[in-house]
Amino acid sequence: MPLANARAICPHLTVFDADAAADAKALNDIADWCDRFTPLVALDSPHGLFLDITGCAHLFGGEAVMMRLLCDVLTAQGFAVSAAIAGTSVCARTMTRHVHGRIVRDGEEADAVRPLPVSALGTEDAITRGLRRAGLKTIGDVACRERHEITARFGAGFTTLLEHALGQGDAPISPRKPLPDYIVEKRFAEPIATEGVISVTLSRLAEMLVGAMGQQGKGARRLEACFFRTDGAVRAIAVDTGQPVTRADMIDRLFRERLEALNDPLDPGFGFDLIRLSASRTEIVVQQQRDLDANVHDNDELAALIDRIAARIGGQRVVVHLPQDTHIPERAVQAVSAQHHLAAAAQAAWPARVEEEPPLRPLRLFERPEPIKVPFATVPDGPPHHFTWRRATHAVVRVEGPERIAMEWWRRNGQALTRDYFRVEDAAGLRFWIYRDGLYGSELVTGKGEPAPSNWFVHGLFA
Amino acid sequence: MSGARTNTLATLRGSIERIESHGDTYRPDRVALGHADADATLQGGLALGAMHEVFAAGRHSAAATGFVTGLMGRAAARRPLVWIRQDFAEIESGALSMSGLAELGLDPRLLVTVRAADVDTALKTAADALACDALGVVVLEVWGEARQLDLVASRKLTLAAQMSGVTGMVLRVAAEPLPSTAETRWIVRAAHSPPSAQPGSAWGAPVFDAQLVRNRHGPVGRWIMEWKCDECLFAKPAAVPQPVAAAPAHRPYQTPARARRAG
Repeated sequence: MPLANARAICPHLTVFDADAAADAKALNDIADWCDRFTPLVALDSPHGLFLDITGCAHLFGGEAVMMRLLCDVLTAQGFAVSAAIAGTSVCARTMTRHVHGRIVRDGEEADAVRPLPVSALGTEDAITRGLRRAGLKTIGDVACRERHEITARFGAGFTTLLEHALGQGDAPISPRKPLPDYIVEKRFAEPIATEGVISVTLSRLAEMLVGAMGQQGKGARRLEACFFRTDGAVRAIAVDTGQPVTRADMIDRLFRERLEALNDPLDPGFGFDLIRLSASRTEIVVQQQRDLDANVHDNDELAALIDRIAARIGGQRVVVHLPQDTHIPERAVQAVSAQHHLAAAAQAAWPARVEEEPPLRPLRLFERPEPIKVPFATVPDGPPHHFTWRRATHAVVRVEGPERIAMEWWRRNGQALTRDYFRVEDAAGLRFWIYRDGLYGSELVTGKGEPAPSNWFVHGLFA
Repeated sequence: MSGARTNTLATLRGSIERIESHGDTYRPDRVALGHADADATLQGGLALGAMHEVFAAGRHSAAATGFVTGLMGRAAARRPLVWIRQDFAEIESGALSMSGLAELGLDPRLLVTVRAADVDTALKTAADALACDALGVVVLEVWGEARQLDLVASRKLTLAAQMSGVTGMVLRVAAEPLPSTAETRWIVRAAHSPPSAQPGSAWGAPVFDAQLVRNRHGPVGRWIMEWKCDECLFAKPAAVPQPVAAAPAHRPYQTPARARRAG
């Protein structure tokens, strides 16, 4: 309907621009809240949700009670709700478009959707219009036709949709989150808000979770705690671990660290009425006989420490280092997450140092080489006598080099210039690793073919 | 004074005595640095299970890092190492290079680096790591003046180190020493690397001008120390190329600082 027509019907109409992003966010928030009914919630954009309630309904007193509960809460929040329960997702969606609150028994899908108008299928406008022009007003009318006629006119996609709506076959829904391996939860008749109760609840849940996992010999690699607030907001907090966790006190401690370090602390508002702890990734734990070997114990302790620190400041901030097969100094070492690569790093083979030689690589390396000012060098491709770095001039008293490092031409950024590295010591005893970018005369030429001035950088500092 | 009050007072005095005596009766294990004079001053070497502070003098951050690395190599005894640093330190004085560490004779496989966003996080992480007795050494690298690293924080770290036996080191760049409970405090400069003994071989061995400005259980001193990358210990350089300004190694313990400077 054009806006002018709408204004003619209702002169006091208030007009807003559609805000698709805000709508999507609201739908996501509602989906978060719906997680309390089932772990399998799928978005049906722009304004629908699928909940797979297989095996969940009895926990809420049956399908009818569950649906009423859900609709009442959403209505109370000011949403207009239309819900339906059916054997197939498409059938349920078709029902919601026309009637509210229908529960379709198994096998009765076809009967339920037949009287509905074709628009309830929610397909493209062109198809709906085409069907209406052909005189097929209800889904029943369309279903009476031969399938191949429909397919020939409206495409196979529409036929499939129709069949699903009639309960013949089902399209799978795609849940927002993968189903966790283990879930334990605690519901509260009275919302809780104090830190003490929350932490006690979490430790009880951790014990339950560990018990459930222990029966199948599993340990958790990723844990998630969800806090459902009474007003519908849901806060999920995840913790990753480097080694499978099998002890409740460890889970408890990890979450305590995580909660303490949150930038925006857990806001209980009017209280939480449901706390859920789930293990979304688990691993089989090989129970080891603990011997007197101190190493095994030490490794476990180190892994536990890394997990604790990572829970507080983030897994990417705790790193170990792996050597890389390259001569480019800044790429020779890769920093990887300690949680996932601790074992690999302990086995890594580092190039051995040359005995009786002073250190050939600096102890401190700048991520971006810092430009230095070199007034002149005695010979064009020789080392400098003076250079200025960070506004201080250093007089070079000792030089060793050059060590020529060519870039890797087979890489995309391999077109970079060859570097000549020098180890230099200044009058104060500071030792630098500096380089000239480009070979004098061959790589460094101006447009006219004359040698161009070179750029110098300090790349590292020796001890 | 009533009997109950006397009793309470006695209990309190007793507990204060216990707290105070803890530091004195504490006899840490020591590991020799390899430099004979320094070891003699330190009464056997670097105390394990204690905190040590290393300050970089001026622009000598790399030398201070090298010195800490050396201490770390002596104290770690092939146990895992944790290096905690602020994000800003990496921008300012460069990242700790694993190749450089390997060149100094240490094993990069043992090192876990924690990149803390700020000093508070770094301190908390350091306290946590020091409590973990599986580690050999924990290094906390802080750039600039840090108000958070006060006497209380330092005491916490010291206690954690004593409890677990893990050696803690604090590397400070661009900062002035403040009162702390550290066992030793060093100010490190780079010294000229000695001309090599055999002609043709290169210069560039890590040589430090290390000044011990605080030693809780002994005198202080100043030495030129060379880190031997192959043997993994400190030593006197073969020949000191420049004269060392009045080596105050044998000054009596606890002489006031001013008098020392005058002498």
